[in-house]
Amino acid sequence: MADPADSGLHRGLRAALLLAASALVAFGLVALVHEGTRDRIAEAAHRQALARFDEVLAGTSYDNDLLADSITLQDPETAGDAATVIAHRARRNGAVVAVVMEIVAPNGYSGPIRLLVAIEPGGKVLAARVVQHKETPGLGDFIETRKSEWITRFTGRSLQAPAPAGWRVRKDGGKFDQYTGATVTSRAMVAAVARSLALYERHRDEVLAPTARIAP
Amino acid sequence: MTPASILRAGFRDQNPGLVQLLGLCPLLAVSTSLGSGLGLGLATLTVLMASNGIISLVGRSLPGEIRIAVFVLLIAALVTSTELALAAWFPGLHTSLGIFLPLIVTNCLVLARAESFASRQPVTHALLDGFAMGGGFLVVLLLLGGVRELLGHGTIGADLQSLFGSAIPFEGLRLFGSEHGFLLALLPPGAFILLGLGLAWRQARMANQGPASERSSNEPVRSSLPPVGGVAS
Repeated sequence: MADPADSGLHRGLRAALLLAASALVAFGLVALVHEGTRDRIAEAAHRQALARFDEVLAGTSYDNDLLADSITLQDPETAGDAATVIAHRARRNGAVVAVVMEIVAPNGYSGPIRLLVAIEPGGKVLAARVVQHKETPGLGDFIETRKSEWITRFTGRSLQAPAPAGWRVRKDGGKFDQYTGATVTSRAMVAAVARSLALYERHRDEVLAPTARIAP
Repeated sequence: MTPASILRAGFRDQNPGLVQLLGLCPLLAVSTSLGSGLGLGLATLTVLMASNGIISLVGRSLPGEIRIAVFVLLIAALVTSTELALAAWFPGLHTSLGIFLPLIVTNCLVLARAESFASRQPVTHALLDGFAMGGGFLVVLLLLGGVRELLGHGTIGADLQSLFGSAIPFEGLRLFGSEHGFLLALLPPGAFILLGLGLAWRQARMANQGPASERSSNEPVRSSLPPVGGVAS
């Protein structure tokens, strides 16, 4: 038999080795599953994103991979993460037929609201849809199409109709009805759509530039 | 310990949701609809059975100093794997459950069963216990989710297809328009109130069965819980 100090060391070493082995097994399991699901997850995410884009594009047909054909715009008038807006271009035969903006309304009632706004080249809204929000269920979730039609009122609007000063909720002297009891949410939504239109106007040439890539 | 007694413990006498009150955070947060309740319930059940099975095989050979650490490692690996699998095959459900999927790691129900049951029992009993406890949790999630969806939206199972894919042959039932929904049921206070009513119902049933049966089924619950199980999460 070894002396007690030695056996204590032995015991500790054995425990440490067992713990390291368990960590390796756990790591191996996660790595295997990750490897086995990676392609499917990417594909599922791609399909989910495309389905959302098709909804705002409202039947506009296009022939490019609009998830890959995107540019990042910076909004100098907004602070933080919401300042970065991604614009995806839907093209037919190389010409842009619609632009889909991924925009964040930073001032929702309970956190940011992420939405997609599709704009046709002339500057009119094709459709807007909420991708993610944390607004109060039953009160602020009227912005989802399955709860109410409210968000469809942006379709066909542009910075000319109404004029920029009209891009406010009625309570603030604008042209958009706020949803009763959820003025903060309505305000955030109207401002976000107006902001995506203004950004589009400012970067129109950049966004509408013909594709530089050689077709695959 | 017989298979029947293990099943009875999980679904009734030591039900995680109504008696042990383990995993209340996900239970209250996710049970806004039948579909999301079903999703989280099944995910928890899967993790619980897998962790119970593996831990029953390796648990006894582990020295006490590192036992809990190894359990947590294994549970975390299983939860991550489950989460990846859901993202691959049920993306709708994965998005809807969000943070509560990875948080199954911190559901003290899983660690409590590993430590207090699976590590001391043969693998068949451990698997059955995982099924019974996970099933008991699932039933409470389904009941709470179903009632909250019905009161709040006027529907039952309306989001099953969007969560589990359009292969589900059930489109959901609408009993009344969502504009007549009882908003409180969908908000966290409603979840607490409804769970409280569920607990009261269970207590009333226990009281009716007389003090003897109450002692036999309630007391062992408290004493059999390992210290870690007492940490609410």
